Amino acid sequence: MRPRTASRWLLGGLLTLALAAPWLVPAYRTQISFLWVMIIFALTWDTLGGQMGYNSFGNVVFFGVGMYACAVVQRDAGLEYFPALFLGMAVAAALAVALAAVLGSGLLGLRGQYFAIATLGLGFAAGEFASGWDFIGAGSGMVTPLYPGEVGGRESFFYYLLLALTVTTFLVLRRLYSGRFGLAINAIRDDEDKAEAMGLHTTRYKTTAWCVSATFLGLTGAAVGNLIGFIDPRDVAFAGPTFGVWMVLMAILGGKGTLWGPVLGAAVFHVTQELFWTYLLGWQRVALGLLILAIVLFFPVGILGWARERWPERFGHTVDERPEPAEGGS
Amino acid sequence: MSNLQLLFDAPILCVQLLVDGILIGAIFALAAYGMALVWGVMNVVTICQGEFVMLGGYTAYFLYKAGVHPLFGVPIAAALLFAFGWALYRAVIFRVVDGDLFISILATFGLSILLQQLANQLFGADVRTAESGFRTLFFFDGMVTVSVVKIVAFVAALVVGVALLVFLKRSRMGQAIRATAQNARAARIMGVDTTRVYAATFGLNAALCGAAGALVAMTWLIHPYLGLPYTVRSFMIVILAGLGNVAVVLAAGMGLGAAENFAGFLLGAEYQAAFVFALLVAILLWRRFWLGRTRRYLK
Amino acid sequence: MRRPLGRGTPLIGALAVMVAAGAAANAKVEGDTIVLGAAVSLTGKYSTNGKNTQDGYDLAVARVNELGGVQVGDTSYKLEVVYYDDESTPARAAQLAERLINQDGVKFLLGPYSSGLTKAIAPVTEKYKIPMVEGNGASLSLFTEGYRYLFATLTTTQFYLREAVNLAAATAEAAGRSPADLKVAMAFENDPFSQDIRAGVTEDAERWGMKVVVDDKLPPEINDMAATLTKVKAVKPDLLLVSGHTKGATLAVRQTAEMRVDVPMVAITHCDSAQVAETLGSAAEYFLCASQWDRSLSYRDDWFGTAEEYAQRFEATFDYAPPYQAAESTAAVLVFVDAFRRAQSFDTEKVRDAIAATDMETFYGRIKFDETGKNIAKPMVLYQVQDGQYKVVAPAEWASAKLIYPRRLAD
Repeated sequence: MRPRTASRWLLGGLLTLALAAPWLVPAYRTQISFLWVMIIFALTWDTLGGQMGYNSFGNVVFFGVGMYACAVVQRDAGLEYFPALFLGMAVAAALAVALAAVLGSGLLGLRGQYFAIATLGLGFAAGEFASGWDFIGAGSGMVTPLYPGEVGGRESFFYYLLLALTVTTFLVLRRLYSGRFGLAINAIRDDEDKAEAMGLHTTRYKTTAWCVSATFLGLTGAAVGNLIGFIDPRDVAFAGPTFGVWMVLMAILGGKGTLWGPVLGAAVFHVTQELFWTYLLGWQRVALGLLILAIVLFFPVGILGWARERWPERFGHTVDERPEPAEGGS
Repeated sequence: MSNLQLLFDAPILCVQLLVDGILIGAIFALAAYGMALVWGVMNVVTICQGEFVMLGGYTAYFLYKAGVHPLFGVPIAAALLFAFGWALYRAVIFRVVDGDLFISILATFGLSILLQQLANQLFGADVRTAESGFRTLFFFDGMVTVSVVKIVAFVAALVVGVALLVFLKRSRMGQAIRATAQNARAARIMGVDTTRVYAATFGLNAALCGAAGALVAMTWLIHPYLGLPYTVRSFMIVILAGLGNVAVVLAAGMGLGAAENFAGFLLGAEYQAAFVFALLVAILLWRRFWLGRTRRYLK
Repeated sequence: MRRPLGRGTPLIGALAVMVAAGAAANAKVEGDTIVLGAAVSLTGKYSTNGKNTQDGYDLAVARVNELGGVQVGDTSYKLEVVYYDDESTPARAAQLAERLINQDGVKFLLGPYSSGLTKAIAPVTEKYKIPMVEGNGASLSLFTEGYRYLFATLTTTQFYLREAVNLAAATAEAAGRSPADLKVAMAFENDPFSQDIRAGVTEDAERWGMKVVVDDKLPPEINDMAATLTKVKAVKPDLLLVSGHTKGATLAVRQTAEMRVDVPMVAITHCDSAQVAETLGSAAEYFLCASQWDRSLSYRDDWFGTAEEYAQRFEATFDYAPPYQAAESTAAVLVFVDAFRRAQSFDTEKVRDAIAATDMETFYGRIKFDETGKNIAKPMVLYQVQDGQYKVVAPAEWASAKLIYPRRLAD
């Protein structure tokens, strides 16, 4: 099957490039690390927003929870750097999933814009609570421990850590979307009442989808906290107006409801933003606002969505040859 | 809790908190009413309410600098913002009217960043105030103080609210707006120019926010980044009060203002904002369960 | 659901653009120019003070270049600053510091505005062993981490309002009361800088045995502090302390007047950069304000002359009176200039050691760093707003006016 081979080649090529990047352009390691973060953001947002039709502005909560959880473990566990970091990441993922399960049971019952607004409120509330809580440094934030190794070692370490996370996220989501789970959440997006009437446990699927997102966001948060080195409750951990909204924009820009769309959207968005940042001193946010408007007004279906409308035969080809779901039942 | 104790020791403080809350709540209500109007008529959610408030504030501030009393800045800000809102509709908003609600949220979020940053670049980030020169009244031995400017702002908010009500009920345009809100298609068939109605509605929203902003500049302070709390509070009020009724919106606004003030007093200022956001989530959840119950009841 | 395949080219193209963006170069010293780097807040919540910071740097650079630059070896080098906008967020600041060091090849950094952003940048400069001289990160917690490459021209947070607490104690003693009977109300913004000031004054109050009766953390997006002030009114403290950058200063002045909060002594920070006396008139009367520097102080140097002459030059260039945030930024550049001269080298280690050994007089006061990198040679001053003027009232040796106590409410 040709498209599948093409997909393999594409993935392999990109992966090789990504693995080699720290040697090719060592000065850009941190920036590309943030590209991985952005891709994870967009991919995990799309699980709910694109595939399931639940537009969340609050996914950043799991990112922040992961960040704080890991930092607290690193501070209080009394372990060496690496054991503490990995334990912290495990705790971060666990907490994020637990939170997603609890929140999901309540919030995922809301429909349409009410879900979007409730999650928006959730994101802000989390930031405000974090900045009032002395145990995690309140408004003064937290500083993560210094990386023990050589100069540059930290950048490479987190680069590969985040790359590994991105690839895992991508592969896990690809696997999930191609199976029963993907069909179920797509059904929820297309008509939730009908899906429920067909006997689908919608709440269970919705909560599971959020938990999957939360796992990767929690892990990413843990890593990013260490990458940045300083955790501010509102501007780094629970950064709703920046990270929280960007994840939505990137997914929409690339094409929501597709697998490659969020990846593409994140890459384009991140690079554009970096360029604005470098060349439009002080005016970069104005440009960003214009960019957001342009994305939303002219590309509401995203780059891939647009391409699909433009060259349907290419995408149609893919549809016809879609392989059978890898797994049968369950 | 010592703060609670304080309230029991001096119950008169409740009056102060209530009065302050109600007076600021009326200003929230203005912005909220604009949001409800646009939401109801056009099915568009505007995230840039706070930025309109900010622009109205700067209008009043620059007029004040030019020697105009800030109170006269209120109608001028409203008029300018009406024109601005109209233009914005023609340039941007018309593209999102018939689309997904979520797209309108994102588009106006883009607008809000744009306006914020433009204001920062053009007016500078300094905190500004427009002095009205009004005095402060005090009661109960100075324990309760009410500055006249807040009362003026409150009355002005009421006047604007009533004017809006009359406009919607009596004027041709107001009737057209209401007709469009009820059924845009039917209105179009009956000869209503809905494009004009939409533009006017969006202009009206901006004008309401502009008036609120002028009052804010006179009573508190303004800076380019002040928008977010006003947007979020508008949301909460609209969700609580629904889209239809000016009086209910006003009541919800004042209630929220008071609740927030009490929260700030009892929990400490650090949890004041957290309280507001948590309340938003709680209201939505409550609304869901309440609606869910009534639905079951109807069965 | 269809599972369409994207074309790979855009992604790879995007990566290529990224690589090409801002082509890396080793720019520490280009020809006869020394390139300094700084991330400052041009947008976002700190942009007022961020601009003060940038103006302070720019004035210093322009003046040093005007006087012939920095003589190192046989060449006289000009200064230049590469700026990025950190948007007042720590996440950006940390990334920008890396970008300055890695991509722009900058070897000497100037600080950002605010303690939070400095906290985000310090680990980066430490990692790369790049000296950073900053004039706007005052948190004491910055100097307890053992950073070797961080130097601050300013006095750290615990001193900001200490003088006000001491003054309150002194006036109480003069009136025959024990300082231990005093009640203190505090409202500090919930950010690293203001919270460190709070930690400082809490200690001071404890030392005098004063009782803290209100202790609120103001959220950074706050536009109204009525709830806190209602509490203050109820408990009738003898001293009210507020800090929250420029917005906190404006709010405190405006709302205490409006709500007639009758506290005999009120001390705040940032009132000169917020221009409270200029814009709020009588409401600001008798407020005490902590300041790092004042134009009336009798400091001087070879670049700017006296503090007053510095202030005049600044006003002529930027059209507003220099708040201390600008002065301390200017001083940061002067520290580098002085260190380059003494090191006679651009080796980062040698420059670092030269900075550590700094002991100089400037228009901004004496600068001498202790082993943690903070300036210990210069006092904080306390202004009082009297007749719309900022008058230094403490410490006694710098005072140009007498403290007016108790504060009378403006009408």
